[in-house]
Amino acid sequence: MKPPAAKPASPATRALQVVPPSGPTAWLTTFTAGAMTFLCVFALALSLASGRLADRWSEALARTATIRLSAPAEQMQLQTDAILAVLAKTPGIASFRALTDAETRALLEPWFGPDLPIEALPIPRLIEVVEARPGYDSEGLRQRLSGEAPGAVLDDHTRWRRPLVEAATRLRLLGVLSIALIGAAMAAMITLAARAALATNAEVIRVLRLVGAKDSYIARAFVRRFTLRTLAGASVGAAAGIAGVAALPATDAAGGFLTGLGFAGTGWLWPLILPPLAAIVAFLATRRAAFRQLRDLT
Amino acid sequence: MIAFENVAYSYGGGDLLADVSLRLAPGSFHFLTGPSGSGKSTFLKLAYAELLPSSGQVMLFDRNVTSLSRDDVARTRRRIGVVHQDCKFLDHLSLAANMALPFTVSDRESAPQDMVDLLGWVGLSHLSGALPPQLSGGERQRAALARAVIVDPDVILADEPTGNVDWEMSLRILTLLVELNRMGKTILVATHDLNLIRQAKAQIQARVLRIAKHRIQLAGADL
Repeated sequence: MKPPAAKPASPATRALQVVPPSGPTAWLTTFTAGAMTFLCVFALALSLASGRLADRWSEALARTATIRLSAPAEQMQLQTDAILAVLAKTPGIASFRALTDAETRALLEPWFGPDLPIEALPIPRLIEVVEARPGYDSEGLRQRLSGEAPGAVLDDHTRWRRPLVEAATRLRLLGVLSIALIGAAMAAMITLAARAALATNAEVIRVLRLVGAKDSYIARAFVRRFTLRTLAGASVGAAAGIAGVAALPATDAAGGFLTGLGFAGTGWLWPLILPPLAAIVAFLATRRAAFRQLRDLT
Repeated sequence: MIAFENVAYSYGGGDLLADVSLRLAPGSFHFLTGPSGSGKSTFLKLAYAELLPSSGQVMLFDRNVTSLSRDDVARTRRRIGVVHQDCKFLDHLSLAANMALPFTVSDRESAPQDMVDLLGWVGLSHLSGALPPQLSGGERQRAALARAVIVDPDVILADEPTGNVDWEMSLRILTLLVELNRMGKTILVATHDLNLIRQAKAQIQARVLRIAKHRIQLAGADL
């Protein structure tokens, strides 16, 4: 009786087959890769959202400034006109206007109520300035203002902007650091799983060596298996993570930070690189573990 | 092909083999005998570089084993077919896949007709798809012999190939080894079965070596 005819398997497939397919490390690798990639998607979303937030705050605050004028009542209009005249001659300013009493009252209303007698109080006059690109010389403007209107103070929002942007930038760095830590943890866990698999299959490896297998062949069999398992787990984890981020509430008019957590535009493509990246991590971790362990066998 | 020059092998503080010098000429047939624990398996392991000598030189195909890289050892083992006492099969692979392992690990394809012929030669055609645990002792030994010769090695080393089979099966395995020797293969069989050795000497020119007191002696005259 002749052996059953079967389509010859490729060398890569046969290399995979020499290692027993199942074992406790199989689900561990797949689960770890899936869970880590899921977390990675959120860290990535946090990082990208923080980056957008930093840019948005930086852009919005950088382009506006306020001039606050404190002067005796009889000097108020005179100095206001002087300031407006200085602003009209200053290059790099897109627009400017003095806030009306009604607008000033509206700004103070949340704190003092609607019946504030604004005319009777020494409330400073506010002048809003919108910067043009590439911007104006703020120090030069300050000096000119001190000459024309001694009671004017230019607030270009620097002291507000800097901590906000720094906070957002650090959040972005934290996101990137989280991704790196998750990647390192995944590499460590896959290394442990690979070592366990190699130890479990020590007799298989011994047999392969005895029939003439090189270390590279044996390592390849394990590396392929772990890389494919990781790729599969990471793909599921990435898909679940993307779905989770997509389920977050959309950015609303208030522009709250949490509602802005997610991906925007081409940012949705970023999570797609995580599964191949995880597979590369698994490839390198398993390969290193395999060669180290094989060195101990004759 | 394989040469031992003043080889010693120590384990656990004591000598297992000492001052062993031997040369296996191409096409020769040797039996290696001795009581259990005398070092027969150790000698074979030194001959296919699973162990390295504590002193002296083991030359495989004119190269000192201690100078071989790990890849060189793998390549050298493809020229040496080994029949292990416990066969050393991968239990999750079919008999045919186990037999093809030396091809598989060298990324080569075994010719299907060669596989059919080899299975027929050892009388296992009907078991090509069986898993090793499903085989009897004799079937496993014949399959191990088939795996040892599938890549057409220069040397065949067999460690107690008839240790777990009945006399009839022992003769059958011996016949296969004799056939291989007549095809020009160098054969070394470690066995404590003196009847088998006598049976072989009736068919071919075989030298009998005996391990005694850690050394190898020529024992043909005693049989």
